[in-house]
Amino acid sequence: MQTKELWFTENYSDDARFSFRVDAQLYTHKSRYQQIDIYDTPQFGRVLVLDGCVMLTEKDEFIYHEMITHPALALHPDIRTVLVIGGGDGGCVRELLQYPGIQQIDLCEIDRDVIKACRKYLPQTAEKLDDIRVELHIADGIRFVRQKKNAYDLIIVDSTDPFGPGEGLFTREFYGNCFGALTENGLLVNQHESPYYREDALAMQRAHRQLSAVFPQASVYQVHIPTYPSGHWLFGLAAKTPLDPTVFDEAAWNALGIPTRYYNTALHKGAFALPNYVKELLNEKA
Amino acid sequence: MYKLDQTKVPVCDAIKKVRDSGMVHFDVPGHKGGRGNKPLRDFFGSDCIRSDMNSMKALDNLCHPVSVIREAEELAADAFGAAHAFLMVGGASSCVEAMVMTAVKTGEKIIMPRNVHRSAINALVICGAVPVYVDPGVNRRLGIPLGMSVEGVKQAILENPDAKAVLVNNPTYYGVCSDLESIVTLAHEHGMLVLCDEAHGTHFYFSDALPPGGMQLGADMAACSMHKTGGSFTQSAFLLCGEGVNPGYVRQIINLTQTTSGSYLLMCSLDMARRNLALNGREMVAKTIEQADYAREEINALGGYYAFGREIIDGESCFAFDSTKLSVHTRDVGLAGVEVYDLLRDEYDIQVEFGDIGNFLAIVTAGDRDLEIERLISALSEIKRLHAGDVSGMLDHEYINPLVAMTPQQAFYSEKESLPIMESAGRISTESVMCYPPGIPILAPGERITEEILQYIAYAKEKGCFMTGTEDMAISRINVVR
Repeated sequence: MQTKELWFTENYSDDARFSFRVDAQLYTHKSRYQQIDIYDTPQFGRVLVLDGCVMLTEKDEFIYHEMITHPALALHPDIRTVLVIGGGDGGCVRELLQYPGIQQIDLCEIDRDVIKACRKYLPQTAEKLDDIRVELHIADGIRFVRQKKNAYDLIIVDSTDPFGPGEGLFTREFYGNCFGALTENGLLVNQHESPYYREDALAMQRAHRQLSAVFPQASVYQVHIPTYPSGHWLFGLAAKTPLDPTVFDEAAWNALGIPTRYYNTALHKGAFALPNYVKELLNEKA
Repeated sequence: MYKLDQTKVPVCDAIKKVRDSGMVHFDVPGHKGGRGNKPLRDFFGSDCIRSDMNSMKALDNLCHPVSVIREAEELAADAFGAAHAFLMVGGASSCVEAMVMTAVKTGEKIIMPRNVHRSAINALVICGAVPVYVDPGVNRRLGIPLGMSVEGVKQAILENPDAKAVLVNNPTYYGVCSDLESIVTLAHEHGMLVLCDEAHGTHFYFSDALPPGGMQLGADMAACSMHKTGGSFTQSAFLLCGEGVNPGYVRQIINLTQTTSGSYLLMCSLDMARRNLALNGREMVAKTIEQADYAREEINALGGYYAFGREIIDGESCFAFDSTKLSVHTRDVGLAGVEVYDLLRDEYDIQVEFGDIGNFLAIVTAGDRDLEIERLISALSEIKRLHAGDVSGMLDHEYINPLVAMTPQQAFYSEKESLPIMESAGRISTESVMCYPPGIPILAPGERITEEILQYIAYAKEKGCFMTGTEDMAISRINVVR
């Protein structure tokens, strides 16, 4: 007897796939920029998919969102102004709002339909988008950041892969414009792709090369995300004023009492220790 | 609005039919659909290489078209409002040469602006005609040559009533147009042909917001470089003719120098591009204008750069402007145009069309998405932040009035000697020197070399312009009349 099952499959490469069972498709829409789908799944809860790639799942999004925000805030506790580029799901903003010192968060998302869909179907990440400290800008991040000078202590590039609307967010000119938009000790954190599958690895190398060309220091740290290709994912941390990303006041961060399920200060230090093959890909000495 | 069915692509249809017919080939090309050169097939793809066939009954013959190529020519003529059109496989250069050689022969005069493409000068070397140069005027701020004024053409016509033709850039590389309509009237009153170099003006025929194309204004011939802004493959072009020229004679002129093995890949691409322009051109050009206007606004907002537009129109030397051309003056950022051109390529993976002393030019077409436009603007913002230099010491204009001592043909074929270029002042050059692109000679055969010209060449070399034209590949020596 045939079982009636609906499965979602994402191609990790031409020769490898990742699948999970779907209970229901809640939303499907082709926006001006991309295909947006939202599913309910037994394994990962609600899942947001853009152009066929899993962006987040209810079960493991905390890992991504904690790790794209807290390391930078632990390093620079006095961050006041933040620009998030992409991140229309609201997950970044939710984490950032836990810091009372942050006064202003600009969220620049190119696709208003992503925000609309997340508000409706993914309150877990999107519920804080209406906070008084958050200002939404529906705009192309490349253009938005070009018009800002010396305006942000932190820029988070929470982008899709560099093959769709996120393409421009992996270029040297974009990172350079971010440099100009940051304050003197500003930090940039970006979604840095993955070292494993070939196309992801090429994007990772390119991002690192371009960031290193623009910032005096560009570090990479790693994180384990079960629903991203290979599970092994990277973030970049670039600093306008060089710093050791593993040296910071741990007690001060812990005193903030921010509840986290993945991030802690010991893991923060370890996350910057990379496997040799990744170091080689990044052209560092193994 | 068209008389013929512009959805047709007769050359493509014929190629497809033969390609898929299973025909056995004991003719050239010897790769035989790629079986004889598998790496080539793998590189370009099977459909592409199997379309590379030679003239045969079913595919017509470019030198003497009677069936599908003839039909493609009729469709092209219809799309551009011409009496006759020729499919060309040697680029707009071959069109310009055919126009000049159709209009003038040895000893006859042709009126032209000095900022013509090298192909026009080359045609003079071949056919022995005499150029009468009209000063195209110069925009002092930008340091760019403009177009011939009607007054300038009128004076040249009155002084040379025996001239046979007037050649007009429509537009220049930078997008500058002369008052072509008045020049056509004037020239025709004096029994002269009007030839338009429209290498950069193909899209004019598909917009009311741009200067008109030569055929629309009654010009006699136009060299239309389809591959530049029209969407066909590199090296393909249309030569357009009005009622006033004999197409049979033009065909004979073309056949003097054109290959007898015209590439069907190029001809197919002309077919496809012509159909696309006829059906969608207006929409495509409108979007391009919008993008270029947006880019101009944003680039000017960066400060320092001057992305010039219709405001440079002065009613004379710049009668009209092609607003799809994104020309940017860089001098006030303290960088030569060619320096910005190099930085864009080396640091930002952005290739623009050319950079000269004071400007660079970005070609915007229907192939550009908003992303590419944003990347260019952002990269310029970065170049200014990181590389802006001192404005002093920058050479600020580049049009040098030529001293014509003999015809290009006389000079080219005269007894010559080779001199170190910097020691050649006062002598008559037998060859051209130009930056490429744009390929407009700084010095043409038959012109006297001056200190000013040498100083300009030295500066252009120092700034990294890609120089060409002399027999000496290093451009350190030049051949002069002995």
